[in-house]
Amino acid sequence: MISRRRFLQTTATGAVAALSARRLLAETPADPKESAGVLVDLTRCIGCRACENACRVRAGFSPLPVATIGYGPGEGKLSFRTRTFIDFRDGPDKPKQPVKRQCMHCVDPACVSVCPVGALEKTQTGPVVYKESICIGCRYCILACPFSVPKYEWDNALMPRVGKCDFCADRQARGQSPACVAACPTGTLKFGKRAALLQEAQERLDAQPDRYRYLYGDEVVGGTSWIYLSNQVPEELGFPLGLPKEPLPSLTWRAISKLPFVVIGVGLVLSAVVRWRTRGGTEQP
Amino acid sequence: MNEFNWILAVFRIVGVLVGMSTAVFACWILSGCQTPKHISGVFGWLLLIVLWGLGGYALTSRYALGLGAVTHLSDQFPWGIWKGLVVCGIAFSAGGFLTACMVYIFRIRTFYPILRPVVLTAYLGYILSASGALLVDLGRYHQIWRPIFYWQHHSVLFEISWCIILYSCVLTVEFAPILLDKLGWTRASHAVHAITVPFVICGVILSTLHQSSLGSLFLIVPTKLLPLWYTPLLPLLFFISALISGFAMAIFVSALSFWIFGQPLEPRVLTSLAKGMTPLLLAYLFLRVADLTARNAWVYVFLYPLQGVTFTIEMLLLTLPLFVVLKTRWSGRRRWAFAAAIPVILGVILNRLNVAWVGLLPATGSNYFPSWIEVTVVLNLVSLGVVIFGTAARYLPLFEHPDVGGRSHAPGAAGGKEAIAQLEARGA
Repeated sequence: MISRRRFLQTTATGAVAALSARRLLAETPADPKESAGVLVDLTRCIGCRACENACRVRAGFSPLPVATIGYGPGEGKLSFRTRTFIDFRDGPDKPKQPVKRQCMHCVDPACVSVCPVGALEKTQTGPVVYKESICIGCRYCILACPFSVPKYEWDNALMPRVGKCDFCADRQARGQSPACVAACPTGTLKFGKRAALLQEAQERLDAQPDRYRYLYGDEVVGGTSWIYLSNQVPEELGFPLGLPKEPLPSLTWRAISKLPFVVIGVGLVLSAVVRWRTRGGTEQP
Repeated sequence: MNEFNWILAVFRIVGVLVGMSTAVFACWILSGCQTPKHISGVFGWLLLIVLWGLGGYALTSRYALGLGAVTHLSDQFPWGIWKGLVVCGIAFSAGGFLTACMVYIFRIRTFYPILRPVVLTAYLGYILSASGALLVDLGRYHQIWRPIFYWQHHSVLFEISWCIILYSCVLTVEFAPILLDKLGWTRASHAVHAITVPFVICGVILSTLHQSSLGSLFLIVPTKLLPLWYTPLLPLLFFISALISGFAMAIFVSALSFWIFGQPLEPRVLTSLAKGMTPLLLAYLFLRVADLTARNAWVYVFLYPLQGVTFTIEMLLLTLPLFVVLKTRWSGRRRWAFAAAIPVILGVILNRLNVAWVGLLPATGSNYFPSWIEVTVVLNLVSLGVVIFGTAARYLPLFEHPDVGGRSHAPGAAGGKEAIAQLEARGA
């Protein structure tokens, strides 16, 4: 038997908790204007893989062998040890178009929103960084990333890590550009503030409409820090088909933000039912 | 290298021996501290010994070598059937909160006799499928406690972790009277009864949250999950199908207690459950069909052969019970209610596997199929649940009616021993 006072207490506590949770859950997006970005001008890329080599050295893995041509088995794709690589895409009636792949550092990243412990973080300056010591190894980030960027250290039995480009956050903090950008000999990669780079990309598009046709990364999934200029359709360049312009975390947030109402609603209804079924101190048949 | 292999071999042998001896012990306890008398008993013992021996090998390999060596998971396909087991197991444990709600909140007497076995099933479902499977599946299984201290409220998985932890506490409170009655701790048992109703309310809230959130898990992959399953309605569909499978599991468990453990069971218990399940099934199928039509997604049945087949089987399994239930003059028969529950259980399992596995294959460019070690671990966890349930049925007052509370419950509403204990406590 449960008293009326206990009901009111329970219900009131639930309501207060739910309301304060709602305030707590208010979103705080990073300022996209101030954050860093890279403009990738694919028409300038010659596929020399200097960026790939610089990335490996900086991440502490062995550099590429001298005079490397083509990829061996297990290479030519992102992996735990390969945070960036040059993807040679076949274009129709065209020579192979090299496309640099790495983490896109979304403005509102899916991986950050799904991590149950906050091991991934979108920093105010732009990079999406992985905090190894917090990770529990659920691999939801790998599933959630629309560009399939995070990779796993599958052969580590005790402390496996997620491997992904961290935008050289440490170099950026020292005022340097990312290792891949610094290594690029052709000016394909340009490092700067995302907002300024978007403006420059638009200017290039307007100035040379024959050379540039497509801009990618300005609005897909709410925008990415890495933006691509090309003369081919982005989907032909290997970017995923059918991504919305809306940030992916908002798809989930729409469901999560309704939870406080579920708590209050279900709690009130059930309390009412218990009162009704036990009224007068006796059970109803 | 050689030395390492030698250590691994010893490790594995120890694992197999521990698994097999645990199986022998479990069988001995399960058959009432006796050796098997019949050939079927011998067969059952052997089956469990072999299964758990393989399980020992599988677990030692997984913990010694890591996920990459023993599973077929990859960077393209990071979630396998171990995560599938979590999703399926939790859906089936919905019977627990559903029955508790009908008994403690709605006070429907018909369901008093089945409360305890169904709650135990849910308890086992949560412990084995959520905690057990995650302890194997998480890359850093030793960090499983972290969501308690590291909060990330934008994550569905964080919310689910918390709901599971809190709901396990609720289930402990609901399960405790069974153990306390066995021990004869009447006062402790009464203390638990006094707090049960608020806990049940919390349990229903928590279940509503995380059953729907299991569907929200996949809202983040609009381009990876095939449109046959990806819909903004995923949370709602997961919640309704969890309720459906909760009813089906309640039918399944009570029918098995009747047939295997020889417990008395009124036919109307099963038929009421089947009747409760029917409108939900209709609503679920209506929502699925309306949603697929509205999104123009039917064409994918023909575009992807494998997914088309699994989708069709899933829909057929969920439609079939309607024919059983709508059949005239079916009610009052335990067997028909049971026949309606089986395809529902299979259909919901297939639905969860479609969302977490088959529907993700085309877009991720993966051909994931679980390794024998992954399958063995799943079978081991399920068989462990069956063994614990059987042991509880033998040694605990599992089939006595719960003391639902209230000052004037009718005689007989409480379990036999319990009622006597209460009378004694009053000085009768």
